[in-house]
Amino acid sequence: MTGDQFENEFKDDLISDAGPLAGATGDVSDMSVAVSDKIAGVDSVAARAALADVAWEPGAKKPDPILIAEGVVRRYGGLTAVDVEHVEVQRGVITALIGPNGAGKTTLFNLLTNFDTPDRGTRVFDGHNIDKVPAHKIANYGMVRTFQLTKALSKMTVIENMKLGGTGQKGESMWRSVLPFTWRAQEKEIEERADALLDRFKLSHMRDEFAGTMSGGQRKLLEMARALMVEPSMVMLDEPMAGVNPALTQSLLGHVTGLRDAGMTVLFVEHDMDMVQEISDWVIVMAEGRIIAEGPPASIGQNKAVVDAYLGSNHDSALDLDTEL
Amino acid sequence: MDWGSIIESLFRGLIGESFIVFALAAIGLNVHFGFTGLLNFGQAVFMAAGAYGLAMMVATIGPAANRNFGWNLSEGTLFWLGIFVGVIVFPVIFALIMGIPTLRLRADYLAIVTIAVAEIFRIVVRSPTPGIKKWTNSSDGLTGFSGTFYDMSPFGTQDRYLFNLFTGNQMFLVIVGWVVLAIAATICWLLIRSPWGRVLKAIREDEDAARSLGKNAYSYKMQALIIGGIFGAVGGMIRAIGFSVAQPDNFITDVTFFVWVALILGGAGKVLAPIVGASLFFGLLSFSDTFLREGVSADVIPDSIMTGTQVGQVRFMIMGLGLALLAAFRPQGIFGNKEEMALDDR
Amino acid sequence: MRAKDDAGENIFVEGVEFAVFDADGNEIGTATTDAEGVWVVALPGSGVYSVQLNVDTLQGFELRNPDNNPLTGVEVQPNTQKNTLFPLGERVVEESTSIRPIQLFVDGIKLGMIIAMCAIGLSLIYGTTGLTNFAHGEMVTFGAMIGYVFHVTWQFDFLGSWMTSLVFGAVMATIMTGAIGGLFNELVWKRLRNRGASLISALVVSIGLSIFFRYIFLYQFGGRAGFYRDFRIGDQVEFFGLFTMLRKDIFIVAFGALILVGVATALRKTRVGKAMRAVADNRDLAESSGIDVEQVIKYVWIVGSALAGLGGVLFGLTENVNWEMGFRLLLLMFAGVTLGGLGTAYGALVGSLIAGVFIQMSTLIIPGDMKNIGALLALIVILLVRPQGLLGRPDRIG
Repeated sequence: MTGDQFENEFKDDLISDAGPLAGATGDVSDMSVAVSDKIAGVDSVAARAALADVAWEPGAKKPDPILIAEGVVRRYGGLTAVDVEHVEVQRGVITALIGPNGAGKTTLFNLLTNFDTPDRGTRVFDGHNIDKVPAHKIANYGMVRTFQLTKALSKMTVIENMKLGGTGQKGESMWRSVLPFTWRAQEKEIEERADALLDRFKLSHMRDEFAGTMSGGQRKLLEMARALMVEPSMVMLDEPMAGVNPALTQSLLGHVTGLRDAGMTVLFVEHDMDMVQEISDWVIVMAEGRIIAEGPPASIGQNKAVVDAYLGSNHDSALDLDTEL
Repeated sequence: MDWGSIIESLFRGLIGESFIVFALAAIGLNVHFGFTGLLNFGQAVFMAAGAYGLAMMVATIGPAANRNFGWNLSEGTLFWLGIFVGVIVFPVIFALIMGIPTLRLRADYLAIVTIAVAEIFRIVVRSPTPGIKKWTNSSDGLTGFSGTFYDMSPFGTQDRYLFNLFTGNQMFLVIVGWVVLAIAATICWLLIRSPWGRVLKAIREDEDAARSLGKNAYSYKMQALIIGGIFGAVGGMIRAIGFSVAQPDNFITDVTFFVWVALILGGAGKVLAPIVGASLFFGLLSFSDTFLREGVSADVIPDSIMTGTQVGQVRFMIMGLGLALLAAFRPQGIFGNKEEMALDDR
Repeated sequence: MRAKDDAGENIFVEGVEFAVFDADGNEIGTATTDAEGVWVVALPGSGVYSVQLNVDTLQGFELRNPDNNPLTGVEVQPNTQKNTLFPLGERVVEESTSIRPIQLFVDGIKLGMIIAMCAIGLSLIYGTTGLTNFAHGEMVTFGAMIGYVFHVTWQFDFLGSWMTSLVFGAVMATIMTGAIGGLFNELVWKRLRNRGASLISALVVSIGLSIFFRYIFLYQFGGRAGFYRDFRIGDQVEFFGLFTMLRKDIFIVAFGALILVGVATALRKTRVGKAMRAVADNRDLAESSGIDVEQVIKYVWIVGSALAGLGGVLFGLTENVNWEMGFRLLLLMFAGVTLGGLGTAYGALVGSLIAGVFIQMSTLIIPGDMKNIGALLALIVILLVRPQGLLGRPDRIG
C-alpha cells in the first residue's frame, strides 16, 4: 500500500470515531474507539478519579493496584539494568512508562510480563504471585503484551492470526485435534468473536489476506486486536507508536483509550511524549534502572529529576514534540 | 542397454518399498520442520527406533524375558508388542532425549543434538561389546522378526504381481505400506488444519508471539517432535520388515539427509508434498542408478570415467549438489508457495 | 609387519606372504608385504575371517606361537580397525612405562588440540555470520588429502628428505584450504547473505555441499585409509615413566600448541584478530564502530579454513587419511565448540581440549570403540546445565 492509499483507507477511521462515546466524560477520550465490551467490575472513570489522591512519588501506592513489583533487580554481567524497589500500577487506567534510552524500560517491561526473569524480587498480578509462572501462563491470568517489533504472524492470514488468540480452544490439544467434531463448535464461536473485533478495528476487509501483506500500521492494529482475543484484564504495549505512520497515530490512540474505557488496564512504554501527554492517566519515569518520578502527565515536564535525567543523558529528543519514528 | 530394467526400476522407485519408507519419514520430518520449524537432523534415529523396537522385541528382548521370567510369549504376541514398542515407546524416549535439552534454545542446537544422538545410537548399536551385542547383534543386525507379518499375507510367495514387479511378500508389504501411508497423510492433514496445527504454525514463525497469547511453545514443540518421530519410526519399521533385517548401517546420517532432500523437493509445509517429494526422489535415484549401471556395463560410459562401484557415489554427489541448489534457489520446493515458505524463517 | 633387527632398530619386514580365508575356509586372497611392511587383501564384506602367515616367506624370524597360525575368528566390520598379531621372536619383557590415566590424558590433549585447530574456524564462522557450517569437516579432509597428494602421490622431495615433503605438503594444504574457504565465501555464502537467504536455508545448503564433497572425495580417493608414508608408526619416547608418546605425536602436540598459541595471541593483539572477535561477539555493534564486517568475514573464512586444513594434515598424521575423516571429526568439533561456547574463539579452544581429554579418558570406563560417545554425551549434558557453554554468553542461545 502506498502512503496515499493508506491515508485514504483510514480517513474513515479518523472521521467516524471522532464523536464522543456515550457516557464518557468530555476530555481527551473524544477519540476513543469502542473496541471491546466493558469488563465487569471496573469503573475506569472512578479509577482515574482515584489517582488524584496519589502522591507524586516514585513507588507511590495506588488505591486499586492490578500489578505490583517489589525489590526487582536485573543484572547483565556487571551492569545493573533494573533496580526497582517498589512500583504499583492502578487498575483501569492508562499508565505510561518513559525514560531516556538505556533507562531500563524495556527490561522492566519484560520483567513485568515474565519474558525475563529477575535476579531478585516479587511480582504480583491481580492478586497472583507470578514469579514462578512461565511467560505463556501469564496470558491465562489476564495479562497480554505486544512487541515493539510487531509480531503479526505474516505467514498466516489475518483471521488465522485472530483465531490464534482464542483461549481455551479444545482443538489446541493434540489428541482432540484429529477429531474435528470436538472443536468445530468452539471454532465457530471464536471466529465470530474474531470477526467482531476485526470489524471494530476496521480490518475486516483484510480478513483472508496474509498478514505479511499488511502495512506496518495495520499490523500494529492486528496485534492489538489479536491481544484482545485473549480477553485480558491488562494490556501491556511495548512502544506501540514505534514505526507508525503519523496518519495512523490518532486511530491507534483512539483504540488504546477505548481499551481503558472498556475497563482494561493499559501500561505502555513509549518515547513519543505526544502520546504520553495525550492519553496517559499516570506516568512512571525511569532512569539508569531506577524509578525517579511518578505522577500525572502534566506534572512530569516540570519535575527536576526528570529533566536532569533526559538532558543529562544527552537525549533531549524525548522532550520534542516531533514523533520519534 | 536394457531399457526394460531401467523403466522397471524407475517404476519401483516411484511407488515401491523404499518410497513408502521415505515418504513416511518425510511426512514425519514435515511435521518437525514444515509445520513447526524444528531442525531435526536425526530422523534416521527415529526410523531405527521403529525397526529396532520391533526387531529387539521379537528377536532378543522377548526370548530373554521368556527365559528369565518363565513366560511363554509367542512370536505373534511379541510381534504386536514389538510394534507398540517400536512405534510408541522408543520414539518417545528418543524425542525426550533430544528435546529436553534443546527445545528451549535456538533451532541450531536441536540440529547439533539430533546429529549427536544419531551418532551415539550408531556407535552403541554397532558395538561389539558382548553386553550390548546380545541385544542388538552389532553391525550384523537382527533378523527373524518379520515372520508374523508375512504369515498374514494373502499373496502367494512364489507368484509375481503387478507386471511381474513384485513377489507375493513384496506385494503384501507394498499394499500395507500404501494403506499406512494414506492413514498417516490423513492424520497429518487433520492435524495441520486443526487449532493445534495453527499453534504450531505460529510457533514456527515466532515463538514469543505464541507465548504472549498463552501458548506453551515448549510443550507444543515436544509434541511435534514426538509425532514426527512416530511417523519416522513407522517408516523404519516397514523398512526392517521389507528387508527382514534391522541393521545399523541402514540408518546412518546420510539417510536423514535423503529424507531432507525428499521433503524440500516436495515443499516443506504442505501435507502431500513429502509424498510427492519422496516419490520423485526415489524414482530419480533408482532410475539414475540403473541407468548408469547399464551404461557402464554396456560400455556406453567408459570405465575411465566411472566404474560400477562408483555409480552409487556419483548419485550421492548429484544428490548433495541438488540439495544445496534447491535450498539456495527454490527452497519452497515444488508445491510450496513463497509466502508460506518454511525454509525462509530465520 | 615390523620388527626389530639385530641392532634393535625398528624395521619393516618385506616379502612375507599372507593368505586370508573366509569362515567356510575359502581363500579370499593372498598378499605380500611391501617395502613398508604393508599387505592388502580386499574383503567382500564384514564377517569372520582367518589369516595365515606363510612361514616359508618369513626370513630371519620365527613365529613365537606357531600354533596360532592361521589366526582364526578374526571378525571384521566396516569402519573399524581389526588388528591381527603374529608375535615374532622371543617375548621381550618390557616394563610398564606408563600410568594409564596419565597416558590417556596426554592422548586426550593431543586429540583435543587437533579438534581445537579445526574447530576455531567453525566457531568463528558461526559467530560472525550465524551459519552452522556442516561442510566444515570437508575442509579438514581436503587439507589432509592435499597433504597426501604432495607427500605420497607426488613425493615432492626437495632436499631428499621425507620430512621436507610432508612439511611442504602441510604448507600447501594450509594455503589451499584457506584459499578454497575464501573462495566459497565469495561465491556461495556471501551471495546467499546478500540475497537475504535465511540461516536455515544456508544450513541446508551446507549439508548439501557436505554430501557433495564427501562423495567426490570417496570417488577420487577410494574407500581406503591412506597413510603419510614413513610416518605410519614410529619410535616411542618415554616420559619419566608416566606416559609414552610416539615421536610424531610429540611433534604434533608441540607444533599444534605453537599454532594455537599463535592464533590465540593474534586474536588478542592484532587488529584483524580483535576485529574478528568483535564481529563474532556483536555484529551490529562492531559495524557501528566502523569495522568492515564483510572484510572480517572474508578473513574468518580464509583463516578458519586454513587452520582446518592444517588440522587435517595433523589428523591424518596421527591416524589416517580417508574420505570421511572430516565428517567424523565434525561431530567432535561440535561437541567441543558447544562445550566451550558456540561463537567464541577461546571457547572453541578450551572446549575442544576438554572434549579430547574426555574422549580418551572415558576409555577407562567404557570400551574403546565407544569412546566418542563421551564427548557427545557431554554435549547433551552441557546443554542441560549451561547451554551457552563455558565461555559463551547466555543471550546468544535463544
